[in-house]
Amino acid sequence: MTLFYCLLYAGAILFVAGSIVRAVRYARQPVHLRWEIYPVPQGKLAELRVMVPEILFLKGLWQFNRRMWAVSYPFHLGLYLITCAAAMGVVSPFAAVLHPVCRAAGIAGLVLVLLGATGLLVKRLANRELRIYTTAADLFNLLFFAATSVLLLAGYLLRPAGAPGPLGILRGALAFDTTVKPPALLTAGLVAAALLVAYIPMTHIAHFIAKYFTYHAVRWDERANVPGSSIERKMAEYLMYRPTWAARHVGATGARTWADIATTNPTQGGPK
Amino acid sequence: MKSPVELRDMWRAGRQPIAHVENQDLMPLPAPLDDPAADRPWTQLSAQASERYECRLDDTCALSLPHPKTPEDENLLVGKFLSGLEKLFSRENNWTFLQPLVLTMEHCAKCQTCSESCHIFEASGHNELYRPTYRSEIVRRLYFKFVKHGGLLSAWQHGEVHLNWPLVARLAELAYRCNLCRRCAQTCPIGADNGLVAHELRKLFSQEMGIAPKEIHDNGSMLQLKVGSSTGMNPAAVKDNIAFIDEDISEKTGIPVETPWDVEGADVLLIHNAGEILAWPENPGAFALVLNAAGISWTMSSELVAYDSINYGLWYDDAQFARVALKHAQAARNLKVKRIVLGECGHAHKALAVIADRILGGDLNIRRESSLSLLRDIVKSGRLELDPARNNFPVTLHDPCDIVRLMGVVEPQREIMHAICPRFREMQPHGVDNYCCGGGSGFAIMSGHNFPDWRFHVSGRKKLQQVLDAFGDCLDPATPKYLCAPCSNCKGQFRDMLSYYGLWDKHRILYGGLVELIVNAMVAAKPGFVEWEWH
Repeated sequence: MTLFYCLLYAGAILFVAGSIVRAVRYARQPVHLRWEIYPVPQGKLAELRVMVPEILFLKGLWQFNRRMWAVSYPFHLGLYLITCAAAMGVVSPFAAVLHPVCRAAGIAGLVLVLLGATGLLVKRLANRELRIYTTAADLFNLLFFAATSVLLLAGYLLRPAGAPGPLGILRGALAFDTTVKPPALLTAGLVAAALLVAYIPMTHIAHFIAKYFTYHAVRWDERANVPGSSIERKMAEYLMYRPTWAARHVGATGARTWADIATTNPTQGGPK
Repeated sequence: MKSPVELRDMWRAGRQPIAHVENQDLMPLPAPLDDPAADRPWTQLSAQASERYECRLDDTCALSLPHPKTPEDENLLVGKFLSGLEKLFSRENNWTFLQPLVLTMEHCAKCQTCSESCHIFEASGHNELYRPTYRSEIVRRLYFKFVKHGGLLSAWQHGEVHLNWPLVARLAELAYRCNLCRRCAQTCPIGADNGLVAHELRKLFSQEMGIAPKEIHDNGSMLQLKVGSSTGMNPAAVKDNIAFIDEDISEKTGIPVETPWDVEGADVLLIHNAGEILAWPENPGAFALVLNAAGISWTMSSELVAYDSINYGLWYDDAQFARVALKHAQAARNLKVKRIVLGECGHAHKALAVIADRILGGDLNIRRESSLSLLRDIVKSGRLELDPARNNFPVTLHDPCDIVRLMGVVEPQREIMHAICPRFREMQPHGVDNYCCGGGSGFAIMSGHNFPDWRFHVSGRKKLQQVLDAFGDCLDPATPKYLCAPCSNCKGQFRDMLSYYGLWDKHRILYGGLVELIVNAMVAAKPGFVEWEWH
């Protein structure tokens, strides 16, 4: 049992740590030149009007790729329901009262993830336009989700009477009570889930992190360079970087800065 | 049946192209171009071109990249490519676009949502080579294998790729099969940006390997930095030409026109795409007339580079881009103007007003805005007496991508249209959802080998469909029609494409700018400023 709980804790810790590392890595990238796409929502409320339907309903996919939405949305909705079930059933102070709701959400979530992952898998294998871009890892990832869902569903539904369910086990783990002993099939499901959760930040599935940056730091970032701003300070820093591009017209030597290069006319030799 | 293109075709040995486009494969066009059999045949690449240049991608050739002479030369070039690839992902070399590039590399879900938004992919008849993700997927695999050093796990996780000279040569060409309109990025649910990948590839080839289309580099940004304009006009020549235009416009309209030069402290520094001065002189002439009539304090600058708003570096090279943008801002600072206003040129709008924004600090941080907003303000102010009845012909509006989707200027041009063009009709879709004219990102000025055939048949096809649909109710040549394109590059594309398909001769579809329609409606001007003649 100790190994089981170690895996549960490790899965959670690796997920959080991996997500933070990824987010910090993107956040620390230099401020780029403006590259927004319009319309850019003006104000937080306008941003929410775009973000909420996008996050909750995958509106972009619905709008531009309805057939993909038909399988991707159940998959994502399933993940949302599982997350909600875990949050309400484990962390919430009203866990006991909410237990029936959490159980229903959890089961529905697992079924939807299974259906979605299977649908995505079939789609990736059946459609040439998806298949030729699909890698072994893409298939593995979907199988991983499907298999984990099956194990958790089977482990929960087929557990012996009186045996603890996943929410009870997670509640115990949260209180560092490692004495609760789940049945074998459920143990396998929870171990698979722990491994899956640890694996997610290492893959492009972590697009829930990237999406924050692609929207807020790229598509919607129309912040101008105003005097005295942090952007102005950062630009002053970046213009002192020393590039090494090799084409002659760039005139980068590794010693000259971007500012030197930008103020040099390659057709006239010296700085202008 | 042709076998569809696979990713591994990119590194296939041999000089045979990996994709071929037939007219019958292309997206159907509406009447009167609805018969594929009657579509114009492509000019075939000459045997000499295939013998001398890298033409192993598809049926055309944009770069005229010579074949390496020996395997050693090939290896050297592959090494340079790899070196450039690493620099593309380094902070010091590519801080300008590193964050969006890394996000795109690491998070495409390969759902192909972007594909249907791409006018080139759709118009080509869904040719796999032109799918927005095709190019990006190759670069992504190279990134994980060679920049992230993924090893064996990389092939399993991200797919296999084999780096050799055929791959590099094909990628160089493939970087110029995208208009950089970023419609694909607009529809990506995650926010990945395949247009950016094409842009960054172009930078790699230019900044590391010195490879770029000569129309954009040698005859474009380099010529502009050398003599002041990619048209070859030096300051004396441009002033002479503008003086001639002023005289011509004065005579044509009956309103004396004089363009002010180098006026210190003027409110507005107007910068035109200098191509207008030579190809469409009525456009800068109309601007001068309107600004003078509206009482705007304005000037043009005769400083080197400052009388030509083009900035081709935007499409392929950060160093060239920064150099030209600085010259424009320096000219404005030297004249102590309050703001820079960009004439009807889409890429110049985005280059100076948006992309250059963050590098123009201190006293170079001068307000920059679109002439479309200024013209709207003038039209709405009532300072000009306008008679919409003078524009009583069907007009549709092309939205240059750089002005709408990539800068957010959508309504001013429409307010003008609604005010002065009673028979205005929109294309569908329009505004930020518009389609590129097919000449974007330099294609309109690229005419090597048979590239124009590709440009008209493939990259321009979707826009052609939109134009024909917009005028579908009045194709009769007895009704002259005006395709308004407030952008020099777009006008260049329309001039060539409408002429290629004979749409002026057979259906009287004329193209032109926006300010010309304002002058055409001015009561104080002699009627008939818009001349129904092909130009």
